[in-house]
Amino acid sequence: MRRIISLLMENEPGALSRVVGLFSQRSYNIDSLTVAPTEDNSLSRLTVVTNGDERKIEQITKHLNKVVDVVKLVDLSEGAHIERELLLIKVKAVGAQRAEIQRMADIFRAQIVDITPSAYSIQLTGTSEKLDAFIAAQAENTVMEVARTGVCGIARGEKVLSL
Amino acid sequence: MLIRALHDEGVDLIFGYPGGAVLHIYDAIFRQDRIEHILVRHEQAATHAADGYARATGKPGVVLVTSGPGATNAITGIATAYMDSIPMVVISGQVESRLIGTDGFQETDMVGISRPIVKHSFMVQHASEIPMMVKKAFHIATTGRPGPVVIDIPKDVTDPKLKLPYEYPADIKMRSYAVPGKGHSGQIKKAVDALLGAKRPMIYAGGGVIQGEGAALLTELTRKLGYPITNTLMGLGAYPASDKQFLGMLGMHGTYEANMAMHYCDVLLGIGVRFDDRVTNSDTSKFCPDATILHVDIDPASISKTVAADVPIVGSVTAVLEEMIECLDQAEQKVDEDALSSWWDQIGKWREKDSLGVTAHTNGVIKPQQVVQALHRITKGDAYVSTDVGQHQMFAAQYYGFDKPRRWINSGGLGTMGFGLPAAMGVQLAFRDAVSVCVTGEGSFQMNLQEFATCMQYNLPVKIICLNNQSLGMVRQWQDMQYGGRYSHSTYAESLPDFVKLAEAYGHVGIRIEKLDDLDAKLEEAFAYKDKLVFVDVRVDPEEHVYPMAIKGGAMKDMILSKTERT
Repeated sequence: MRRIISLLMENEPGALSRVVGLFSQRSYNIDSLTVAPTEDNSLSRLTVVTNGDERKIEQITKHLNKVVDVVKLVDLSEGAHIERELLLIKVKAVGAQRAEIQRMADIFRAQIVDITPSAYSIQLTGTSEKLDAFIAAQAENTVMEVARTGVCGIARGEKVLSL
Repeated sequence: MLIRALHDEGVDLIFGYPGGAVLHIYDAIFRQDRIEHILVRHEQAATHAADGYARATGKPGVVLVTSGPGATNAITGIATAYMDSIPMVVISGQVESRLIGTDGFQETDMVGISRPIVKHSFMVQHASEIPMMVKKAFHIATTGRPGPVVIDIPKDVTDPKLKLPYEYPADIKMRSYAVPGKGHSGQIKKAVDALLGAKRPMIYAGGGVIQGEGAALLTELTRKLGYPITNTLMGLGAYPASDKQFLGMLGMHGTYEANMAMHYCDVLLGIGVRFDDRVTNSDTSKFCPDATILHVDIDPASISKTVAADVPIVGSVTAVLEEMIECLDQAEQKVDEDALSSWWDQIGKWREKDSLGVTAHTNGVIKPQQVVQALHRITKGDAYVSTDVGQHQMFAAQYYGFDKPRRWINSGGLGTMGFGLPAAMGVQLAFRDAVSVCVTGEGSFQMNLQEFATCMQYNLPVKIICLNNQSLGMVRQWQDMQYGGRYSHSTYAESLPDFVKLAEAYGHVGIRIEKLDDLDAKLEEAFAYKDKLVFVDVRVDPEEHVYPMAIKGGAMKDMILSKTERT
């Protein structure tokens, strides 16, 4: 089962390595990981996508809570939530391909952010699934490079993750 | 500043070893007389000694080591303390701040290396942070589920030329660290109801009861209920071993009656335990098949980690036990005496098996179990017993009945050979007049025997009882049982030192015992040396195995009882 765990931790050296280390130490999976400071500079927000059965996820959240630098934690996938990931993709774009790529970008509401005579760099945000679909839709052997940020998320409605 | 902060924290004893990165600190130690420093002969021993001190007293052990090899040598001891939840603060020197990351001389990333085996760690960046970090380190190490905390201090931070205002914080607030207190009252009520409704109850108590100072309350609760109780290896002493309700240790080398009662119970109260694989055996699906499981622990991550709890209770053992006793006193429902009495009859039948019975050899060869029994007689069951790891450790656990908590000092979780002697030193330093015994084997002992010298320097009259079977006994036992008796690298009889002479070379007393008839008299002789360390080299039967022994992959009821008998 895929789970999105978001947490607030002290914005201090070593905090990230403690969280990441926990995953490798106890052989939990990390599918993606994003981390950046919040509006309160003393706190970082980290979002990790992991998978496992109910029991494993319970252990992961308990162990994360035990990490001294972790202040607060939420399993976003427990309730309604919004998740987004950003994709930057560079594709070969020559001849008739150029228009085709442009059309596909429009369909996905992606933006072409850089152009050369032979390549487009495209930016797309959305769920991981949407990003997967966009990459899969590219013509064969045209993808030159892919950079994804990993998932970040927020609960729907009034619910917030804050102190 | 560091030493002052340690003093303000109530530290009076440090175990350590100097080196370049901590010389400023050592100079500060030299110029004061409030904190005593014990110079060990290897940093691993410093951590084990601090660990032994902590286990015996309940106070945190403090260690001071230098950077690089000093820090890495301390790692085994930190991991040992981590696995057994022992409060410890390890201060490691670090190269100067400007050299960090440059592969400087004696540089190692201590915070990184120790990360998976500490409760938390700090890297001091400025001297002004020292008092607060020391305060936090001790707070974290000693509260909740205790554990080791590392403070890494670059050399320039302790430069005496830095003059700063000093104030030790009276208290601290940490938004990211909270200590569980009371358990959930509703859950406690549920647990008490389940216990009172039990036909075949069982109490399973572990190291958490000792660490949480809950032994007296546990004893009170158990006696009120009249239920059978077993202790884990880490929990020995949490309930008096000489009491009739005590079924002995459980698990891999537990008694027949304890393991059978576990398997067939219908309500199990686990308290301060973590359902470790040495208890449950490897296949947890076969564990206590009929039981409703009540689990009390201060660490939420220990609950339902390996075995799912039906009634989980997170809280300190003392708070939970107090509330359970109160709840029990007020309950209208009473213990089902008829069911309990037939349960005890059944347990009585299991006890008749006498799974720890020892049949003496007629040719005078000493069995290792007999040595521990004699030790118990001679010390009147009142010694602090530290051990190393292996057969001797199991024999000591099985045959030295511990009636009090904090008397049994052993590396349970990590299973660290070389733990015994330094731990016994830590105990002796905590209680100068107490009898501190180290039960060891000739294999384990050689892993930290350099501490003979520390014992001489500080006049520590530890009594070392070496069950010398001239082989790595537990390895050999497994090779006998599972590898067709192929003793791959578990024997070395021809290269063993003369331990009596070795002890004498360090200025101690050495005694050798080879015949059963001499056992009691010579042990008495050893304990008559009140002010001297005595090494007793007891030659024991190398063929002896530790029984009972759990059958791999089986349930708790599946045990090998002797070389010829199994359940």
